Amino acid sequence: MVRQQAFYMPWFANLESSEHLTDHERLLTFTRDAGPLGHEPGQFLQVSVLGVGEAPLSVCSAPREQAFQVCVTDKGHVSHALHKLGPGDKVGMRGPYGQGFPVGRFAGGDVLLVAGGVGMAPLRCLLGSLLSRREDYGRIILVYGARNPGCLLFKKDLDAWGRSGEVEVHCIVDHADDTWTGPEGVVTDPLADLELDPENTRVAMVGPPAVFRFAGAALLERGISGNDIYLSLERRFQCGIGKCGHCQLNDLYICRDGPVFSWSFLKNRPEATELGQ
Amino acid sequence: MRFLKIAKDDWTRGVEDLKKSFRVFGPVKEKEAYDFRLLDKGVLPDFSFQNTRLSPKSTVYPQSEILFEYTLDESKADHHVHKVPEKDYSPRVILGIRPCDAKAFELVRLNFDTPEYKDPYWLSAYEATTKVGLACDDPCSTCFCTSAGSGPYDEAGLDVLLADRDDHFLAKVLTEKGEAFVSAAGWNTEAPDAEAGFEKLAAEAEGKVPGGVPTDKLADKETVALHGADFWEDVAFSCINCGTCTYLCPTCWCFDIQDEVKGAEGVRMRNWDSCMFPLFTLHGSGHNPRATKVDRVRQRFMHKLKYFVDRYGRGIQCVGCGRCVSSCPVNIDIRRVARLMNEFEPAPEKCPA
Repeated sequence: MVRQQAFYMPWFANLESSEHLTDHERLLTFTRDAGPLGHEPGQFLQVSVLGVGEAPLSVCSAPREQAFQVCVTDKGHVSHALHKLGPGDKVGMRGPYGQGFPVGRFAGGDVLLVAGGVGMAPLRCLLGSLLSRREDYGRIILVYGARNPGCLLFKKDLDAWGRSGEVEVHCIVDHADDTWTGPEGVVTDPLADLELDPENTRVAMVGPPAVFRFAGAALLERGISGNDIYLSLERRFQCGIGKCGHCQLNDLYICRDGPVFSWSFLKNRPEATELGQ
Repeated sequence: MRFLKIAKDDWTRGVEDLKKSFRVFGPVKEKEAYDFRLLDKGVLPDFSFQNTRLSPKSTVYPQSEILFEYTLDESKADHHVHKVPEKDYSPRVILGIRPCDAKAFELVRLNFDTPEYKDPYWLSAYEATTKVGLACDDPCSTCFCTSAGSGPYDEAGLDVLLADRDDHFLAKVLTEKGEAFVSAAGWNTEAPDAEAGFEKLAAEAEGKVPGGVPTDKLADKETVALHGADFWEDVAFSCINCGTCTYLCPTCWCFDIQDEVKGAEGVRMRNWDSCMFPLFTLHGSGHNPRATKVDRVRQRFMHKLKYFVDRYGRGIQCVGCGRCVSSCPVNIDIRRVARLMNEFEPAPEKCPA
């Protein structure tokens, strides 16, 4: 019996626009003939440019919208090729893959989002999902740290969220410049000043290992349970479906069992170096 | 299940008959090593080996395999269309698999054949394959199959098991695929009394396999403690991260996905990959979750002897073929590491003074 080859065969999305976000990042907006993507916040796509290769990128637009978006940093062969594409180009996609944020568990309480660098991209997707049912949540707080003001992603969204009063937005940069009127420092600084209701707060964190390590420790210290702190891990996903072995973390495949896990779930898995264990 | 007796003359004729309905793979000697090859007309499998240099893993899971092809030439009607190349999934048989290597297929299957994602390439090839084992009466000094949940007469994953008796083979036909195989070869001399003899041969062979690689306590070990054990630096010290162990291993399944383009014609390939290489885990950001040699060596052993045990509850991800032991250029020995891990006791926590 010859089986369906579908798992490794990309389908095509139509690139609608490619927008400049920062000196290194572009926001690509896609549609597909089959309708909305049907993704969950925290899931990722294997985006492919024929002749160059595939790269895993998380979806950064809210679920259920007609178009979907990914934020691409110009880092390697595939991302560089993606930066050069324009409206009308067709781009191969596989997915969406992985287990996203358990949005159902967030309802009824406060939600704290902690973003470091490009970790803002998947959290924008989660935030979009939360705002589509704003009445289901208490406070929604975003703490977002970037290297410098020029690196901040989604500046228009950040302004709009802050102005709407629906999200408490706290941005901080490692290195300020003349344009920056906000605080200078790291994400744990605003976290230390926040009033939190630890019993009633769920946390979603995406960022480099240092953010997980220090912000995670700070939040545990504040009395938030490890069961209520969710983080999205990054690995070099290739197949996206738990076969190729690149994203192994102890007994887990991050692409299939994650990429979103609770802090408690990862605690006894020493390959999750992000926890600083 | 039944037993047949195949005289050696009849074997020679039967193997040729098989080639009419099967693609027949078997071990052949090339320079100083034996490897599995597609056997042309008139070529018999050479059973004078102890074990082959590479396992027959690649007959089902090629070292490099095309997932699909495409053209970038926009003047062509099918540009940017993914096309699966014609693949030969006609019936094939592998003659002379050692029982350890046959069991390895069953362990690799746990990865490729999962309820939600059945890998189409691996499974199509696997399902097309009849596996004819050759029992081991003369194990290598590096063999430890009996410690690894297998054995020289293990039937796991096999359709037929052969025992070489000088002027004839005794064949134990185990599955329907095995029945179709012996029927295609025209072997039908029943040997109803062979069962007791087979058991005796198995017991004798098992007695010859060097044992003493304990794995019984691995499932009960704490992952965190084992990961932090003090012996990893020592185990990894001489490793040069060459990847030989993972390429030779019949149970290693990791692969890399790459595009290759010549002119305007491209293919997306998958190629065997190895957790011994730093690039295996390097991120675009520059962060590498397994940045050091010790991390990578520990990963290989922990995956085979601990994580796999925990995830699947099917024993260790090793069949005791000994290839990684005999081919390691710096003498790293999985038998020693298994012993270290199995006997490991974390240092007792010191009482505060």
